[in-house]
Order: sequence, then structure tokens, then C-alpha cells
Amino acid sequence: MDAFLETGLGITLLIVAQSLLVVGFVMISLLFLVYGDRKVWAAVQMRRGPNVVGPWGLLQTVADALKFVVKEVVIPAGVDRPVFFLAPLLSFVLAMLAWSVIPFNERWVLTDINVAILFVFAVSSLEVYGVIMGGWASNSKYAFLGSLRSAAQMISYEVSLGLIIIGVIISAGSMNLGQIVASQDTGWGVLGWYWLPHLPMVVLFFVSCLAETNRPPFDLPEAESELVAGFMVEYSSTPYLLFMAGEYIAIFLMCALISLLFFGGWLSPIPGLPDGAFWMVAKMAFFFFLFAMIKAITPRYRYDQLMRIGWKVFLPLSLAWVVVVAFLAKFEVAGGFWARWAVGG
Amino acid sequence: MGIADFTFYAFAIVIVTAALLVVTARNPVHSVLWLILCFLSAAGMFVLLGAEFMAMLLIIVYVGAVAVLFLFVVMMLDIDFAALKGEMARYFPIASLVGLVLLMQLALLYGSWAQAEGALGLRQAVTPDLDEVHNTKALGLILYDQYFILFQLSGLILLVAMIGAILLTLRKRENVKRQDVVAQMHRDPAKAMELKDVKPGQGL
Repeated sequence: MDAFLETGLGITLLIVAQSLLVVGFVMISLLFLVYGDRKVWAAVQMRRGPNVVGPWGLLQTVADALKFVVKEVVIPAGVDRPVFFLAPLLSFVLAMLAWSVIPFNERWVLTDINVAILFVFAVSSLEVYGVIMGGWASNSKYAFLGSLRSAAQMISYEVSLGLIIIGVIISAGSMNLGQIVASQDTGWGVLGWYWLPHLPMVVLFFVSCLAETNRPPFDLPEAESELVAGFMVEYSSTPYLLFMAGEYIAIFLMCALISLLFFGGWLSPIPGLPDGAFWMVAKMAFFFFLFAMIKAITPRYRYDQLMRIGWKVFLPLSLAWVVVVAFLAKFEVAGGFWARWAVGG
Repeated sequence: MGIADFTFYAFAIVIVTAALLVVTARNPVHSVLWLILCFLSAAGMFVLLGAEFMAMLLIIVYVGAVAVLFLFVVMMLDIDFAALKGEMARYFPIASLVGLVLLMQLALLYGSWAQAEGALGLRQAVTPDLDEVHNTKALGLILYDQYFILFQLSGLILLVAMIGAILLTLRKRENVKRQDVVAQMHRDPAKAMELKDVKPGQGL
């Protein structure tokens, strides 16, 4: 068996199997995340939520997905066909692509590259193309306006996301996600993770993630009351499903990123308990719950407020924090509280 | 042919094809999309060279930001394709002449290009040994340690250019109603709304 895995065919099969495992994990989580999102939303509004298909309505998303797939694809007149179909594919594939560098446990990662965090950032900066192309190719004013809003919003919040990540990179001394997590392993459990030294930025990062993934309260691109459904208003059937799936995968990816960067990934919160993939998945699920709660309890921002808070509040704050962290790490303030590069390697 | 060679040729062919399509595509939006493919393949080339930091930077800066702005501008322009084609036919001879001259100049330069003695050695002297440090670190050392002043100065020049661009487009208009954010934030909730205490499960 080992000898077979050394051959070219064996390696290829192994890589394919591993990739399928990650894709399978993300897709199956997706089914229940959408269900969980709707259930949380319903609970807050004192409704029952999906409860018909399967036990407790657990299979509702499966039914929805099947329904989308068997429906007719409606192509509006005057659309740019190649770009029209490329857009949903792009947003789905790119959302999936970033998972190739996300570790779930020590060495449980598809590709362990040195610049993993930059790769995630690069791929998520490409996701804006799905939105722009979809809005433009639809040949509709509403879709186009929605896509312009969305693109401006995604670009604005990417800047502060990037700056906050730089702070973490300075602390960890590495851009490898595994090493960033390893540098949070100080034996202090939950107190050793980066949320404590980077406390103000954790909140900013979370809010920027909400804006970056077009989630409420920043879901202006899809503002139902003014733009119908934003850039995807002309989409139907499977292309629409791909857009929706891409959006949820991107949200889940942000949950994974928050867990890895600030909450110790697969490290256990209590010293003594074994570390493992369980903690990683639990943390991701918790942050998704926060995303769902925020969708349920916050009213939508106005567009000028959104832009103002992005450029005039988040950007200066995160930029200042980079400078502060650089000093704190360089002079090893508080016994190297901000400088952990000796720990992670 | 190894897998590295194969990847190189695949990326190279995609770059050249995409670059040709940028020029020949009828729709300017398609041109920008081909340009993006070109950038992405170039990033792949950087990965092949072992410069993954540069590759990611190319994607984040050029594809994620610059090309988005291109796309914005091109999408919002109302371009008359027929007129554009007519213009092109008119200017084609002079454009090809300029191109030919440029090509000849480049060829002349390439033919007579000689490197100064020791140039290669000087260049290698500042580069940290790539076997010991990771290329991100090597780049950081060169930019922020060795050429710190030059790097900061070039940043300042960019800042000046940015301020200039903002200043050129800045204009104060009279009689425009603006939202006063500070006043909005300091409104008193007690004066603006009435709170009702609703028991869970009962409604008003």
C-alpha cells in the first residue's frame, strides 16, 4: 500500500481523495448551515422555521437544492451569455478554492503553503468578480446597481481586513496558518490565543467579515426593499444556487479564518483537554451562529454609513493598530505578549 | 518534459493568448476580463519561479484592486462600437508605423545590450541567501532594511500623487443638502422613539 502511494498514480489518487474529503465536508456543512441560519432567524422572530422535510426539517436545504437544479434556467434577453454563466461558476469555485489551504487540525491541510493567509486573502479579493460580472452581464439596471454597490463595499472592507491580518502576522512571525495557530499554543488555553492581545481588532475583523460577505446588517447589495435581490436578480435555477452556495461558503470560510487567526484553531480552550479537529469545527459553528444572530437582530445600515464606517473608522483604527503592534512586538512588551515568533518557529 | 515544464508552457500559452484577446476582443469588458486572466497566469509564473509572495501580491493588488477599477470605468462608459471601429481603420497605418518603430528600437537595444562588469555580482550581494531565508523575509529585509529611505520616499511620492488627484476633483458646491453624521449620532433616542415593553410570545 505504501509503495503504491509513492507512485505517480497513487499520489494523484491521494490528492483527489483528500480534495474530495474537504469539498464533501464543506458541502455537507453548507446544507446544515443554511438550515441553521434559517432556524436561528426563525427562533429570534418567534417562528418555527423549516420543519416539514425530514426530521425537524433537517433536509429542507436538500429539497431546496434539488428544486433549484430541476427548474428551468431563464436567460433574459440581451445578456452576455458567456459572462452571464461564468459569473456564478466563478463565485462558487473561488469560494471553494480558499478551503485548500485551511487546516482543520495539525497537518490536516490540503496544501501547506508558506503564504497561506495571503492566498486566502487573494482568493477572497477575486470573489468580487463574480458579483461584478453577474451584475453587468445581466443587462438590467437593478442588477448593475446592485453589483456596483457590492463591489465598492467588498473592496472597502478588504482593506481593513488585510491590515488586521498584518497585525496577526507580525505577532506570529509567519504567514502559514498552521504556524499562526501553533504560536497561539502557550499552555494557557483560551487566554493564550490572539483574541486577547488583538482584542479591539477581533471585533473589527468580525464586522469587516460581515461587510465583506454581504451579510446583514451590510446586505445592501441585496437590499430587498430597493434592489429586489441585487446583482443576482436575473438569475434563476442552478446559476442562482451557485451564487447562494458561494456566498454561504465564503461566510463559512470567514468563520474558519476568525477561528484560526484569533481563537486558536484546533487548540483546546482548557489546558489539559486534547486538541483536535473537534475544537476547530465547534469554533467555526459558533461563529456561524454569531453571523446568524446578527442577521436576525440588527437593522440594515444606510449605504453612506457603511462607506463612512469602513473608510473613516475601520481603516484608520486598523492602520494605527498595525503600527502599535509593530512597536509592541519589536520591544517585546509584557514579556513578548505580542511577539510569539519564537514559539511557532 | 517534467511537470514544471508542462506548467510553464501551459501558463505561457495562456498569457500570450489572453494578451492577444485583450487587443482583439470586440467588447471592452471582455478585454478587461482577458487582461485579468493574463494577470492570473503571470501570478502562476511567479509561483513556478518560487516567488509565491510576489504571486499573491500580484493577485491582490493588480487583479483584486486595479483591474476592478478598470472594469468599473469600462462598464460605465457608453461606448459606440461602430464609431470605434471606423476610427480604428483610419488610424491603423500610423499606429502600425509607431509599433514598427518601437519594435525596431527594442531590437536594436537588445542587440547592443551589454551588462556592466560586476553588475550581476552587485545584485546578488544584496539578496539574502534564499536557501536560508524565505522569499517573503528576503524581500522584507531588502525593502525595509537596506533600501529603507528609497522605499519610504517612493511611498511619499505615491501619496503626493494621490492627494493631487483628490485635490483636482474636489469641488465645493453650494446649496447642497448634506447629512450631518455627528448630529445624527448625537440624537436623543428618548425624543425620537417610544419604547414598548412587549412580553415574549404575546405581541402588542
